[in-house]
Amino acid sequence: MPKISGFLISGALIISFVLSPGMAKDIELIGAGATFPYPFYSKVFGIYHQEFGVKVNYQAIGSGGGTRQLLNKTVDFGGTDALMSDEEVKTEDNYILYVPTCLGAVVLTYNLPGNPGLKFTPEFIAGIFLGKITKWNDERIVAVNPEVALPDMNIIVARRSDGSGTTFIFSSYLGKVSGEWNQKVGVGTSLNWPVGLGAKGNPGVTGLIRQIPGSIGYVELIYALQNNLPVALVENKSGNFIQPTIESVSLAANVDLPEHTRASISNTEAEYGYPISGFTWIILYKEQNYARRTREKAEELVRLLWWVIHEGQKFAEPLHYAPIPESAVKKAEEIIKSVTYNGKALLQ
Amino acid sequence: MSIQSLSKAGRSELFFQGVLYLSACFLVVLVFAIFLSLLVHSIPSINEFGVGFLFGKIWDPVFGLFGALPFLVGTLLTSFLALLISIPFSLSISIFLGEYFTEGTFSSVLKSAIEILAGIPSIIYGFWGLFVLVPLIRSLQIKLGIMPYGVGIFTASLILFIMIIPYSASIGREVVQLVPSEFKEAAFSLGATRFEVIRKVILPYARSGILAGILLALGRALGETMAVTMVIGNVNVIPDSIFSPANTMASVIANEFAEAMENLHLSSLVQIGLLLFVVTMIVNIIGRHIVKKMSVES
Repeated sequence: MPKISGFLISGALIISFVLSPGMAKDIELIGAGATFPYPFYSKVFGIYHQEFGVKVNYQAIGSGGGTRQLLNKTVDFGGTDALMSDEEVKTEDNYILYVPTCLGAVVLTYNLPGNPGLKFTPEFIAGIFLGKITKWNDERIVAVNPEVALPDMNIIVARRSDGSGTTFIFSSYLGKVSGEWNQKVGVGTSLNWPVGLGAKGNPGVTGLIRQIPGSIGYVELIYALQNNLPVALVENKSGNFIQPTIESVSLAANVDLPEHTRASISNTEAEYGYPISGFTWIILYKEQNYARRTREKAEELVRLLWWVIHEGQKFAEPLHYAPIPESAVKKAEEIIKSVTYNGKALLQ
Repeated sequence: MSIQSLSKAGRSELFFQGVLYLSACFLVVLVFAIFLSLLVHSIPSINEFGVGFLFGKIWDPVFGLFGALPFLVGTLLTSFLALLISIPFSLSISIFLGEYFTEGTFSSVLKSAIEILAGIPSIIYGFWGLFVLVPLIRSLQIKLGIMPYGVGIFTASLILFIMIIPYSASIGREVVQLVPSEFKEAAFSLGATRFEVIRKVILPYARSGILAGILLALGRALGETMAVTMVIGNVNVIPDSIFSPANTMASVIANEFAEAMENLHLSSLVQIGLLLFVVTMIVNIIGRHIVKKMSVES
């Protein structure tokens, strides 16, 4: 009997000895937030796990949910498409950092007989979504599309009913090009829409547009590319009509960004940039020693982010996401370097 | 039998009773806990808007103005319209299965069809509504000369009507079957026709049960989320006709909860949940009252 128990104990010791180095390395990072970058994140986090053995669990619960979870300190990082104000990023004893990871864009798609290629001006887009332009043969659209025979049809607006980062990017664009929009509707993930039918998600909006002749709506660029939807060229600030593509979206971000990168790039100054674009960010606390987090975990987190903004970027384009331009990578590097543990920088 | 075994039997009896009490109490506590947590999380919104929340017509997350009236109206309109459409159908199915075809292949096929109808996930109803029902309604609207949206109150009610039939029909069938055959035989022996038996014997006897089934169906309609969201149009204004797009309480919560950032927005959504809870409770209380009254009369 003592022999057997001794054998068992030594066996257990051996097993625990063999397992323990592996266990210590097996850190799991938990993130939650925006649904828009989810396919990109699941790809890069999957590859990161294969290469470095660090598991990253990202739950696509929406930007608002992700931000709340970070504020409640239940996750290691959040994902968001929406912006916080300078006051909102300051918590009692900490500071929330934004690290841009990739870019998204919002495109206008429509259902007209023959689906002709169309050019839209900012006034026209704002007019439609404010409910002021109601006919497809309105002179304001005919003027920029002289070669297209536009029908005498009612415009029916389709838009998102669920709170969404897509709506945030689109409304921030409209807020910049139309004072009336800013005053009446404003910028947010959910809006008090003056006009239109609401549908859930990109598939819902697309479903409505496919079914209703004369309808127009906005969806994510990725979704439109994957489903071959007709999309409009949009006039940017420089007066060029820009086709929404991955390149023109990346170009849109090639502007003078503030150091914290917490900025809307819609209605970009870039000459050939697509104007309805925006960053998506990973958000984390500047001081990582909170809620009894280990230094190891904090180190793994900054290593992961560093990898995402460098090596990780090459996985963006095959999935129809626009990689962040060089200037933004430089800013993001500085932000990641500013992350501390007990006041000391984690990366030098 | 010894005293010892008797006390043992008594103990297990007590134990069994205890388990029953506990599980019954647990349910009551659970309902109260849900109500309380909804109430607590609604406090910021209750403080801000007071009773005005119920009558406010504007829902504006950007400017922080929240009123529940459009959703309240949307929920009640779709649910009661669906109920109204479903009553003749569920009543005839109940009588058909409970009186005419109580056994046989056809009856069992119909019964399982109803069961399957109850088991279909609501998202499937939503898709079916979006791709089949909406175009049909749109062509009807074009004929009537109304703005051809296709989605709206009427479409949502039609989807709900199909979804709630199994609830009222299966309870209806059971209570129709429960009518004692002595009553029916007595009526037949007096020379009553089958229709007269149904009208004068079966329906009066079964009406409280049938009504209970209808109320259960109404509860289901009030809370239905996914299928309604997909076909109602999600427009946060008070509808001006049964073809207008609108929104319901469950649907606005499902749509906006995940992305709500501001505390007031979140709290207002929880208060919508509280409102839905209270509305469902009121409907249930009124329903039970009616059921009780009707069964006393018969």
